[in-house]
Amino acid sequence: MSVVATLAASPRESRTLSMKRQVELKNHLREIFHFRLRLAVGFAFALTLLAIVLLRLVYLQTVRHSYYQTLAESNRISIVPIVPGRGLIVDRNGIEMAHNYSGYTLEITPSKVADLEATLNSLGELISITAKDRKRFKKLMAENHDLGSVMIRNRLSDEEVARFAAQQYRFAGVEIKARLLRDYPYGDKAAHLLGFIGRINENDVAQLEEKELEGNYRGSDYIGKTGLEQSYETELHGVAGIEQVEVDSAGRAVRLLSRTAPVSGNTLVLSIDAKLQEIAEQAFGDYRGALVAIDPANGEVLAFVSRPGFDPTLFIDGIDTQSWDELNTSLDHPLINRALRGQYPSGSTIKPFMALAGLTYGTRSPARTISDPGYFTLPGSSHQYRDWKAGGHGSVDLFKSIVVSCDTYYYGLATELGIDNIFNFLSRFGFGKKTGIDLQDESSGLLPSAAWKMKRYKQIWYPGDTVSVGIGQGYSLVTPLQLAAATATIANNGVAHIPHLVKEIRSAGSNESRQVNNDVGVDLKLNPEHLALVQRAMAAVTQPGGTAVAASAGAPYHIAGKTGTAQVVAMKQGEKYDASKIDERHRDHAWFIAFAPAEQPKIAVVVLAENGGHGGGTAAPIARKVLDYYLLGKLPTPLKAPLAEKEVAHD
Amino acid sequence: MTKRQMWLRFSAHLDGQLTLGVGLLLLTSLLILFSASDANWGRVGGQMLNILVAFTGLWVVANLPLHYLMRTALPIYALGMLLLIGVALFGDISHGARRWLNLGVATIQPSELMKIGVPLMMAWYFEKHEATLTWKNYLIATGLLIVPVGLIARQPDLGTALLITASGFYVLFLAGLSWRIIGGLFVAAIASAPLLWTTLHDYQKHRIEMLFDPSQDALGKGYHTIQGMIAVGSGGIVGKGYMDGTQTHLDFLPERTTDFIFAVYSEEFGLIGNVILLAMYGFVIYRGFIITAGASTYFTRLMAGSITLTFATYAFVNMGMVSGILPVVGVPLPLISYGGTSMVTLLLGFGMLMSIETHQKLNKS
Repeated sequence: MSVVATLAASPRESRTLSMKRQVELKNHLREIFHFRLRLAVGFAFALTLLAIVLLRLVYLQTVRHSYYQTLAESNRISIVPIVPGRGLIVDRNGIEMAHNYSGYTLEITPSKVADLEATLNSLGELISITAKDRKRFKKLMAENHDLGSVMIRNRLSDEEVARFAAQQYRFAGVEIKARLLRDYPYGDKAAHLLGFIGRINENDVAQLEEKELEGNYRGSDYIGKTGLEQSYETELHGVAGIEQVEVDSAGRAVRLLSRTAPVSGNTLVLSIDAKLQEIAEQAFGDYRGALVAIDPANGEVLAFVSRPGFDPTLFIDGIDTQSWDELNTSLDHPLINRALRGQYPSGSTIKPFMALAGLTYGTRSPARTISDPGYFTLPGSSHQYRDWKAGGHGSVDLFKSIVVSCDTYYYGLATELGIDNIFNFLSRFGFGKKTGIDLQDESSGLLPSAAWKMKRYKQIWYPGDTVSVGIGQGYSLVTPLQLAAATATIANNGVAHIPHLVKEIRSAGSNESRQVNNDVGVDLKLNPEHLALVQRAMAAVTQPGGTAVAASAGAPYHIAGKTGTAQVVAMKQGEKYDASKIDERHRDHAWFIAFAPAEQPKIAVVVLAENGGHGGGTAAPIARKVLDYYLLGKLPTPLKAPLAEKEVAHD
Repeated sequence: MTKRQMWLRFSAHLDGQLTLGVGLLLLTSLLILFSASDANWGRVGGQMLNILVAFTGLWVVANLPLHYLMRTALPIYALGMLLLIGVALFGDISHGARRWLNLGVATIQPSELMKIGVPLMMAWYFEKHEATLTWKNYLIATGLLIVPVGLIARQPDLGTALLITASGFYVLFLAGLSWRIIGGLFVAAIASAPLLWTTLHDYQKHRIEMLFDPSQDALGKGYHTIQGMIAVGSGGIVGKGYMDGTQTHLDFLPERTTDFIFAVYSEEFGLIGNVILLAMYGFVIYRGFIITAGASTYFTRLMAGSITLTFATYAFVNMGMVSGILPVVGVPLPLISYGGTSMVTLLLGFGMLMSIETHQKLNKS
């Protein structure tokens, strides 16, 4: 018996005792029997699997054969996607800020062209093809994986279309296609807000596949890359239609069998006021910076500016290398969304919030005054933290501390509050956290704490660190958007809203629309008397004796505000500096936060002017133009040369 | 050495019948690849190279004596686990899943290694504890299976995870896991299905939903299933003829040289061709079972049985997916689909079967 023979041959077995061997042999035989039984079951299982497949195949290939035969043989149906029209973006008054127009593009199918270079050259005799067009064509061709057509020119004029059409027989594999093209009428004036669409690249494809959306993007060339175009991509894209076309044996379309119309993307109705946006952009002149205006009652963003802007249409069909280098290496960093991602020291604009913290924790009563010698020292230390005003402000209470922006007052207040209380209180206003606005890649700023410093620098928190946090310097950083949301919260009597840009989403076909924002606000539960005091002090900032008195000159309404100055400590990123510009770029950043009318705020606005010097001089006049238009409908007079403002030397 | 001696040396450890069955399937692969790739010799040549490399692996493994085979179990399993952990920590993300590990010189997919590593390790473990098997051993063996499967499922690569689970389960089954527990597991699996559903990724749920109504996403994932079924169904009894499949040659079929190659075959050779193909698979599986039945040690029995049953499962899953009775999971048709990795894994498995068969014979004589 073969099993016995095998066992006998095994050295392990031969070494065992003969008695025991008898028993083991028996067990072993039983084991073999059990195993073969199992194996038989396994074999039956495998056969069953094959039988299931066979049954299915018999069913498909005999019973259902004629059905599939019809689908495949007599009707060779090709499923052709129809790209939906992209949704519009309009402002709160219905003015279009992003729309589509039908235009003609010239496209080449490389696989059908024998000599590409020769074709390009003879095309160039008919239609202007610049070096930039050629570069872009090469880039697009490298990215083209589905062997489809590749664009060589867009925005053909009617004349160019006619000229090519007459000569088309000479160019096999070259054709004119009608496409819906995207246009941004406001150009660089809303580029950071709207963002732009661009060609779908490999990354986008991977993301679409992950979300199982690639079917809906079959035939689509573009996808939102930044700004609202990106964050509302699913709303704007729409649903692809399907055409079932019968094709002949060569694959040519012969007959349309059925058509499911595409559903155009939805229209985004923004809370932005396009005119206000334009005025705000222009008000910056040559300054770099950011402006965010918010309706305090509901968090609707009225203007959202980051200067300088850029031309978003450059990106739609792939930017050429030269333009890209210019934008990317520019000292002005036009591609950075400063309102959303720029992180700056808040400077003195933090003082109203610190004052509220002092009142809330009972560290400062309204009536308590300090005597300001022009500097502050920590107990047991001789280091002097200087006030911006040499000699100090004399006797200062909480109201005056905001009006004159007294540093000494806040050095002491911050020290007595301690970093933990400051952290807890300011984070209620949203500092150090993303606001949650409907744009992607928001920065969260930095609200320092002892735990943060230990994690980041492996150092304990020193009392000296707290002192500078009191006046918005030191480790703390804010984004213009954060500061705007926090300012709106003070204006709205302590009820915080999440800032948002899209008011409602309207279906393209029907007039159905739905509100996007269901935010009812979060009441920070601040004492109304404390709030009223801080609001009154901010209103006095723009009155004689305050730091921004020039900003409200002649205004028929009251402005509550606060100026700020952020020190530019060091150059960043090792930029190459133009010697003539060094001075200007070392200058402090100017802040102005405001809401108006002070008694019944309808708008809160935050302005940051990079290297603008002090807030009262450069930032406040920009804010004033925005307030004048929004509250009075008054258009700004052409920019005057900035006046020398003697009454405020700083802050 | 004469030519005859050389031939004898070469074929000493090749099992004749198994080589015949596998060879026929590989020839079919080249034949159908030529049609599926629109007469592209590059694809056919590539596949020949895959076969050559994989067959070299098969020959080497077939010539390894059994105790060498056993000795590889622990190192292969350990290496596989190490790589899987590496993937979880540093893997490249492709199509939203973390499956590949970039080693600088090459990117590898460690889950493929575990298709052999897991059953090998489990069979080795059972052999080691053969004399004193208790329920604890089964529990530990299950652990050896669950840990790598969990890592693979998390990548997420549900298809591979399920197939490795199957191969491990076959080892447990052949090792004599009590029928009561098997029944219990079966009931538990059915009962936990709704729970499992909630833990699936969206795209995984989507694929299962698509099975019941492919028209839901006719341009996306449903497209694969619809076009595959049209190809198979329209093939009819005799097929449309070699190189004449309209679904294939008018570009309707996606992934037609890899996961959906069975649709090409079905369309062109029809039900008759399918019966022949199933017969070839049946023959290879039958031979695998015969080798398993004659295997002398506990280790080789478990290993041979698991390899054979897993092979049958792969074929079933791919054909079931193309013909629309299983969801679309990325499983190639064994020995037919274009691709180097799966070819190597499969032929290494068959190399083990041959080693088990031929070294035993030598022992007997």
